Amino acid sequence: MSFAIAGSLDEALAALAVGARPIAGGTDLVVGARQGKAPLPASLVAIDRLDELAHIESRDRGIRIGAMVTHSQLMIDQMIVSGYTALADAAALVGSPSTRNIGTLGGNVMNASPAMDTGAPLMVLGAVAQLRSARGSRTVELSDLWTGPGQTSAETEELCVAIDLPPRPARSGSAYVRLEYRRAMEIAIVGAAASVTLADDGTILGGAVALSAVAPTIIEVDDAGALMTGHLPDAAAAAVATAASDVARPISDLRASDTYRRHTVGVMAARAVDAAARRAAGEEIGVPVNRAIGVGASR
Amino acid sequence: MIVSFSLNGSPASGRVERPISLLDFLRDELKAIGSKSACDQGECGSCSVILDGVVVCSCLVMAADVEGSTVTTVEGLESEGTLSAVQQAMHEAGAVQCGFCTPGIVVAATDLFSHNSSPTTREIKEALAGNICRCTGYGAIIRAFETLAGEST
Repeated sequence: MSFAIAGSLDEALAALAVGARPIAGGTDLVVGARQGKAPLPASLVAIDRLDELAHIESRDRGIRIGAMVTHSQLMIDQMIVSGYTALADAAALVGSPSTRNIGTLGGNVMNASPAMDTGAPLMVLGAVAQLRSARGSRTVELSDLWTGPGQTSAETEELCVAIDLPPRPARSGSAYVRLEYRRAMEIAIVGAAASVTLADDGTILGGAVALSAVAPTIIEVDDAGALMTGHLPDAAAAAVATAASDVARPISDLRASDTYRRHTVGVMAARAVDAAARRAAGEEIGVPVNRAIGVGASR
Repeated sequence: MIVSFSLNGSPASGRVERPISLLDFLRDELKAIGSKSACDQGECGSCSVILDGVVVCSCLVMAADVEGSTVTTVEGLESEGTLSAVQQAMHEAGAVQCGFCTPGIVVAATDLFSHNSSPTTREIKEALAGNICRCTGYGAIIRAFETLAGEST
């Protein structure tokens, strides 16, 4: 076994260039190896001490979230909670305090699970991933990044160093709602994120909806923006619910049938639109919204 | 490779040749068997330790990655034979049944009380959300910490 603790980003990229694989929190890689999904790579480079990747910073155009920012950071960061609330909703639902303390946003994005909680929020908020290698850097749309369950379009020597989010328009809100059977250590049965911007008359000016755990990757409901625009939130939520169920291509497994998932993802999408619109109108709904509106177990 | 770190206030080191977890390193190599191995996949909290100031599942941390770190396990909480306040609260509430989850619960609660001396019942439950008691003895566990929280107000 070769295991190196990177002292700088350049060191990490140099290690990746010669075949090492990155490890951050270890919550996916270590468990996957133990369950026999994939053996641990022979050469690992730990990137969890790269402080340069562990900050959430305001930029000229939006914010940059370093790849090593943990779920614990995301769920309480004021910029995230106030402006990018769906992401805080999702981060607060992940695992338990212990896993949120070491699980990172970059790890969640690059693990590319179709059931990941942060993915749908990032998609509706217009996030892009910053990938870097020893040879250069590039910006990738999330819809181009996720190519299948556990699959990304990143090259093996590329490291996700940050997620960039554009600024939020005025009178905007977002929410992520997840169907769950228990309150902690849960994986989404299905989930939905919505972002909504309101016009002065209370109708919807624009928005987006994305879904978790109903396709090989996180998917966007492509016509959600058009379906919502010009309508009051109630009518928009009903239209989005149908569209979400139509676009879903879920599997059946021991946790839920495809029929159940297709129906409930519509319900979650409607609730996400409702909560996002209420937040856009200035209503304070606590993070995670699941607890505030009573999805799943209430205690 | 030799991995050196601070364990319960004392220097500790050991040889790590395979990709083992901090939990296996603690138990098998350093013979610190207070942290328990149950699910071995970050689901149950029985292996909880405090790593550089935050509570983590030691079964998810690579042993090689704790070089230079500070680790507190359940063994590091009592002082000279006197139980910590969290341990004493569980003892007095009878919050131990088979005892297998107890070290992890003690560590998670220690982390909670270290930054919130009077948590609400909801905060106690959230802090212990990653710790599973297979005996389902949660009632006494929660009551132990409600009592402790009440004493500090």
